[in-house]
Amino acid sequence: MEQSLLDVRNLHLYYATRKGVVKAVDDISLSLKRGETVAVVGESGCGKTSTARAIIRLLPRNVHLYRGSIILDGKNIMELDDERFRKDVRWKKISMVFQGAMNSLNPILKAGYQVAEPLMIHENMSKVEALKRAGEALRMVGIHESFIDRYPFELSGGMKQRVVIAMALITRPQIIILDEPTSALDVITQANIMNLLKKLKNELELSYIFITHDIALSSELADKVAVMYAGEIVEMADAETFYVKPSHPYAEKLMASVPTLRTDKQLDFIPGAPPSLIYPPPGCRFHPRCPYAFDKCMKERPTAVDLGSGHYVKCWLYA
Amino acid sequence: MGAEGMELGFKGVLKELLAYKSGALGVVILVFLVALSIYTVVAIPYDKAIKLWRGEEEVWIENPRNAQPIWVKYWEYLRGRNLPETIKRDTSDSKQYGVYKSLRAIPGTNLKRLYIEFSFKYEYDDFPSEINIFFSSKFNESAPILRIAWEKPGGNKIELLDFIPRDKYDRLYLSIEHDVLKVLRSYVEEKLYALGKNPEVPLSVEKALFAVEDESMSSSLTVKPLKGTYKLIIEGLLFGKDSDVDARLIIYGKVYGMCGTDHLRRDLTIAMLWGLPIALSFGLIASLTITFLQLIIATISGYYGGWIDALIQRLTELYMILPFLPFLIMIAAFYKLDIWVILAAIIILNIFGGGIKSTRALVMQIKEYPYIEAARAYGASSKRIVLLYIIPKILPPVIPGLIGAVPGYVFLEAALSLLGLGDPFLPTWGKVINDSYRWGALYKGYYYWVLQPSFMLILTAFAFAFIGFALDKIVNPKLREI
Repeated sequence: MEQSLLDVRNLHLYYATRKGVVKAVDDISLSLKRGETVAVVGESGCGKTSTARAIIRLLPRNVHLYRGSIILDGKNIMELDDERFRKDVRWKKISMVFQGAMNSLNPILKAGYQVAEPLMIHENMSKVEALKRAGEALRMVGIHESFIDRYPFELSGGMKQRVVIAMALITRPQIIILDEPTSALDVITQANIMNLLKKLKNELELSYIFITHDIALSSELADKVAVMYAGEIVEMADAETFYVKPSHPYAEKLMASVPTLRTDKQLDFIPGAPPSLIYPPPGCRFHPRCPYAFDKCMKERPTAVDLGSGHYVKCWLYA
Repeated sequence: MGAEGMELGFKGVLKELLAYKSGALGVVILVFLVALSIYTVVAIPYDKAIKLWRGEEEVWIENPRNAQPIWVKYWEYLRGRNLPETIKRDTSDSKQYGVYKSLRAIPGTNLKRLYIEFSFKYEYDDFPSEINIFFSSKFNESAPILRIAWEKPGGNKIELLDFIPRDKYDRLYLSIEHDVLKVLRSYVEEKLYALGKNPEVPLSVEKALFAVEDESMSSSLTVKPLKGTYKLIIEGLLFGKDSDVDARLIIYGKVYGMCGTDHLRRDLTIAMLWGLPIALSFGLIASLTITFLQLIIATISGYYGGWIDALIQRLTELYMILPFLPFLIMIAAFYKLDIWVILAAIIILNIFGGGIKSTRALVMQIKEYPYIEAARAYGASSKRIVLLYIIPKILPPVIPGLIGAVPGYVFLEAALSLLGLGDPFLPTWGKVINDSYRWGALYKGYYYWVLQPSFMLILTAFAFAFIGFALDKIVNPKLREI
């Protein structure tokens, strides 16, 4: 079996709040090979972004528990101290495109300077040289080099998104975490960005962790799909298998709720709301909303069931 | 490729500032004040200013005491009163008009006869404030004997006194000379009796010397100055071959210079002018230092949070309730106060001021912005985030506060001087107000003494306040509708 580039095992990230401990990421494992894309899909508040933050160690102040192992190139990066992590991992190995690109650019710095900044920080490159490289990076994402002198407010949403992607690319990391990279864009721009991401992936042999709530969009890019529900990965499968036939009832429902153009299909939805992550339901966390739930689901937590060829499902239906 | 429609930097800010009336007014006043301070520092260098201000009486002896500023003269002139200016006559200046001196050896003896005649026109409607004669004599064994006489415009001559200089340089303070006063009293009495009047309120030396000789002489409240040409005659007998006497007569007026003089005859112009660069630099240094230190402390507090934040916030709260004045009085009791000590004390007592609270609130808000998080993600160090991301973002709202705080510190320095906690050496506005207060300026009617420094203080405050208001509107567009 091919060596994984990134191997996340038993990752936990709990937050302490006034109301109790929020189990945002609860025992997650996933692996990523070179040039591969894992799509992490799920509803809002299911822990997708927290997973991304846990991987790149961008933690809020109120962390209650942060445990597990993240093995990158055979090295456990969980063991690095913060300063080493900042210098050796962030942007060198893993970079990230944030949710809402409009807001992830500093309004008072020029676009080129911001793209160049990681180079100046990580490679001690001179400003002139870094700006030259920034120009190249901008061209790579389809923006004219002259835009290095523009301020963010002079750019459109799509352009900003491209700038943010250029920023993530500039240090040539192996892995890019894309956290809802297109959620604030119109569909045409969304398509453009998706094509750009695909092109970059092929050209630079990048690995993506693609976080989205849009299961249809995820199919554009994904080689593997991880479905998250209430802080857990409930299904992990190859894209070919998954999009044809999801196994977990939640994934099934998720697929059924995707609208299709001009077909008279009754859109399915999942009754109820995502559960509280402070007091998750006992047993299977999906059981209150699951149409197939039976007694066992309410009492025992399902374990991952191997359906073969890397397809895992956490559901008592398959046990 | 520039950003159209958006002008950054000093020029842009200035342009926007001038678009507001208050901003333009503030800038005009400030430019004037700065130009005046530059002129002051160049025209009256620091050492000279200190010498002029702290000098012995010698430096000031030729100035009238508590004279009003010259503009009062112009004002009074419009009302038909001509206030006296200082008149000087000096025998060592041969070219001067109204000075006659002759020195003749008496044949067959070792003696010389001296005759000095000072004459001057007196066309003023008020009496002079003081009359002094300064002698510089050369003699070997015996000092010269001088007889001093006064001649009024009508030709009435009064023998004032015989005077023997005790030293090479000696001076005769006519106004307070007891013998002169006695002579003049009997002269006035004689004249009054001739008119059938009795003296009521005795006249001072200056009044008696310049009085119109009629019934009004009976009281110093009714007496009027006589206009015309006066003469002061010094006749002398000198001993020794190369003996000589030079004399300088000074009739002190009641107006002097742009700003008048104080109780020590010091020209207040020095203090008015030098007070300006001191006030401006004091206010600016204090405001800049305190604002930036607070900015840095607040940023550290807000950005790092945790126990650092707690520590800084508790310290700030502690500082906010510390009484400022008693501290400064205590410092004044233990250390020699000069402007730097005061500045340092003000800075130290203000670094944990209330400004920290509001800036910290801003920082805490900004540090949660997505782009700060993005910067953290791409590995920017905390230092870089603070310096490149947070500080530039909180700077705009801080600047108007900085400008607006300048007059506060200028006033503070003046108030401390007024309380006697100022730098005793520097000529500052506060010091002038302190002097005027101590010497009863308002009670005695020397209102210029109080009003001039107050006016300068207010003008300075206006400049910064106007600019501060306009800047506030520029960086806080929400205020523009108001």
